[in-house]
Amino acid sequence: MTSFTSVPKHIEDLLEAWSQPSADGDGQATTPAALSRRTFLKSSGLLAVSIGAAALADPFAIDAGAQAAGPYPDPDFRRLDSWIVVHEDSTATFYVGKTDCGQGTGTAFRQMMSDELDIAYDKTTCIMGSTDITVDQGGSGASDAIQVDGWPMRRVAAEARRVLLEMAAARFGVPVAQLTVRDAVISVAADPSRRVTYGELIGGKRFNVTLTGSNIDATTGVAKVKTVQELRNVGQSPQRYDIPPKVDGTLKWAVDMKLPRMVHARNVKPPTAGATLVSIDESSVRSLPGFVRVVSKGNYVAVVCEREEQAVNAAKQLKVTWQKPAKLPFPTHDDLYAYMRSATPTSKQGPTVKGDPDAAFASAAKMVESEYEMPFQGHTAFAPAHAMADPSNGQMTIYSNDMKSYGMRNGIAQFLDMPRDRVRVVWMEGPQGYGRTAADDAGFEAAYLAKEIGRPVRVQWMRHEETGWDTKGPAFTFKMRGALDPQGRLVALDYDARSADYCHVGYNEADTVLIAQLMGRRRATPSAGSAGTPSEMYEIPNRRTTSQVVSLPLVWETPLRTGNLRDPNGPQITFAAESFIDELAAAAHADPVEFRLRMLTAGTGDDSGFKRARSIAVVKAAAEAYGWDRRPAPKPPASGDVLTGRGIAYAFRNQTVVAEIAEVEVNRRTGRVWVKRLVCAHDCGLVINPEALRRTIEGAMLHSLSRALHEEVQFDAEKTIGVDWLTHPSLRHADTPARIDVVLVNGDPNPQRPDLPQYGAGETACKPMIAAVANAIYDATGVRLRRVPFRDARVLAALKAARA
Amino acid sequence: MARMSAITLRVNGRAHTVDVEPSTPLLYVLRNDLGLQGPRFGCGLGQCGACAVIINGVAVRSCVTPCSTVRSEVTTLEGLAKDGALHPVQRAWIEEQVPQCGFCQNGQIITAVALLAKNPNPTDAQIREGMNATLCRCMTYYRVQAAIKRAAADSRRIA
Repeated sequence: MTSFTSVPKHIEDLLEAWSQPSADGDGQATTPAALSRRTFLKSSGLLAVSIGAAALADPFAIDAGAQAAGPYPDPDFRRLDSWIVVHEDSTATFYVGKTDCGQGTGTAFRQMMSDELDIAYDKTTCIMGSTDITVDQGGSGASDAIQVDGWPMRRVAAEARRVLLEMAAARFGVPVAQLTVRDAVISVAADPSRRVTYGELIGGKRFNVTLTGSNIDATTGVAKVKTVQELRNVGQSPQRYDIPPKVDGTLKWAVDMKLPRMVHARNVKPPTAGATLVSIDESSVRSLPGFVRVVSKGNYVAVVCEREEQAVNAAKQLKVTWQKPAKLPFPTHDDLYAYMRSATPTSKQGPTVKGDPDAAFASAAKMVESEYEMPFQGHTAFAPAHAMADPSNGQMTIYSNDMKSYGMRNGIAQFLDMPRDRVRVVWMEGPQGYGRTAADDAGFEAAYLAKEIGRPVRVQWMRHEETGWDTKGPAFTFKMRGALDPQGRLVALDYDARSADYCHVGYNEADTVLIAQLMGRRRATPSAGSAGTPSEMYEIPNRRTTSQVVSLPLVWETPLRTGNLRDPNGPQITFAAESFIDELAAAAHADPVEFRLRMLTAGTGDDSGFKRARSIAVVKAAAEAYGWDRRPAPKPPASGDVLTGRGIAYAFRNQTVVAEIAEVEVNRRTGRVWVKRLVCAHDCGLVINPEALRRTIEGAMLHSLSRALHEEVQFDAEKTIGVDWLTHPSLRHADTPARIDVVLVNGDPNPQRPDLPQYGAGETACKPMIAAVANAIYDATGVRLRRVPFRDARVLAALKAARA
Repeated sequence: MARMSAITLRVNGRAHTVDVEPSTPLLYVLRNDLGLQGPRFGCGLGQCGACAVIINGVAVRSCVTPCSTVRSEVTTLEGLAKDGALHPVQRAWIEEQVPQCGFCQNGQIITAVALLAKNPNPTDAQIREGMNATLCRCMTYYRVQAAIKRAAADSRRIA
């Protein structure tokens, strides 16, 4: 192994092979895609081992004669060799069944695993997410890559180290206890001249060690992981290995995948939601240059051409006749919230009752009631959905940026009725996932079209399709009620949420991805969806919590289909929950930080994971970092056009807790809100890479800031409207805060705990931002905004209404 | 329908002749005929910047530029490095660890290079304005702006 580029070597191999002249003259694809890990290992000097097809997933299996054929069985998680390969030059490759959506998880895995293996970070590489060569750890999602999957990775690396130490002990004839190990070199403590490298011990050979564990997450060897105090790379900030090739243009993205004989496809979507295909006039495109075929089934229509721009053009030209549905698919945008409030729920969670809320409300010194509204918000990925599928040799290989590549593999096998081990997904980088690529339509479309056409097919959606038809975070309405006692303490809280989340799309399911829906292939019972409850640790003696889901009239084939959008439902729920806490603090004439801390410190119950203690720590740390002076909101009225204010909000996600403070400028002449400063106090336990974490937190906060200020799916009664960046705005450079302070907090009661766990950090910082901004606007202006987004016109109208 | 015709483009210091319809957006020729992967498709409408390239010192949206209209040298992300050394803006990008997913960063870097070439010492307001039409959905704007300031400061130090 010679290079340590961040491009997975097996993908380099594919592209390199493709650039070579085709060996067979008949123009058939030579499926360089089949080269994969076996060739990689071969080129890295591993011994050739002749074994049967059933073991081809084994990283050591080199079967030159059958490279193209597959099949692709799952790599066995109970074999150490599936996770780690040590090369003759004492470098190591880690095989990880996760994907990196751009938060640097690959770098973090290398840090964690190199620590446990005792090897220098820069002598390692990491290969991620390709279904035939990495253990199925599910790809990415739920911010659990570090929190959950980090553990088996640490344990298998520790086990590899243990095995290497035993080998060295046998070689030197001394007990393991008399050996030391550092940077892949083991030596006898009493006589450092007696030393051996990892490469000398195992390079080019298998570990042949069986692991245990009832499932992949539980995978373990005999060795114990290190204590926090023994970790050397963890806690440092090596630069992310994926960044240089993203900056110099050398990274091969999924969009860059090219194969011999490939063709390009573009979809033609129904012009209105729920429309039925009547007829296609293929003669409208048949004479266009490069035309290959129109493929359609049910209401799914695609045009296939030789060149990309030809497919783009043909999809525009194709004449298709559609029939509108008998009833309107959804209310208009303006009627949405009224519709949601009056609809009969499709499901209901709760009410969950604590104490006696009714009695507390009846005897309250002060009552506060408020309603909040959040619109549908899209993923609106920076680039539209895309994938390439290669049907060669009766297999199906999909080159995709799907964050859950394993789920896509299973879904496509089911969708095409192919054996699982004949389908593989090669994961490559792509535009931000954040949930969209967990319900990845393009991979299914490419695979379907490739099977139909018999050639590699590349599909890419156009901008209007992506913005119009991607999965959406559900719209919400909230009804909140709170009771204060004479001392201004919150004694009762009533939370009632409704989300338009019926038929929430799952992960790469063969009966819920859009192409399946359009083909009429759909499950009998749509998924229930969810509305969720606030995630805070406030001690409130009486509570009632109700969550309900409602359905829009059109359930299937709708551009308002919902799916997991970064921190699913968290920003919506926390907007309402933490805005309302602020309203209660104002009603109690209390400082918003003080009001929250009083409820956090009042808790006496079990504090599992020290979440309450850590909540107190982040709220205090955020206030301190901001320089928060204690006073009730709003500020006394000020003169001038530009008003300033500050707002705090707090939440947790799983075990990670976060408090955020936004400082805003509100221009009362124009309605423009600029968040000029952000502070985040963030506790995710053991921090793997502080600098990468800071950037992840910044991105998560600004993602929710975009949702707070700009984002809203617009629709009339039959279709989504506003399907480009001018009509569907997103945060821009001009909106960027002038200053962002991220404080990494360790609020554990025993911060030096040797077993301090690592928690997830990809999404928690999304949660409180919208509420923090709303609270800051209230502080600045005395006007409470209860409907998102806070676009200029809406803010201006609210300010005017308050003056009237 | 327009016919295919031979079109010669000068890209990153080399001449290429391709046989395409004259209206073909430059982006598709760069990516699919010349094998470049810095410029990428984001919107096809000239609104996001993913496809940006430099022509005559200006950051141009190649997704809405017919290839037949291109008369001057085209510089892509791949062409910014000189003699194996990354452009100061690219170096600043790595130092600041700007990208999250990185898909938009071609547009951010190309636009920043053109901005700094015209105005080597931009104010914060000029950076915000000059970059405002270049989008990022991972919201790396704060670090993009920091990297531009770092690149400007580095150039001042060297000059």
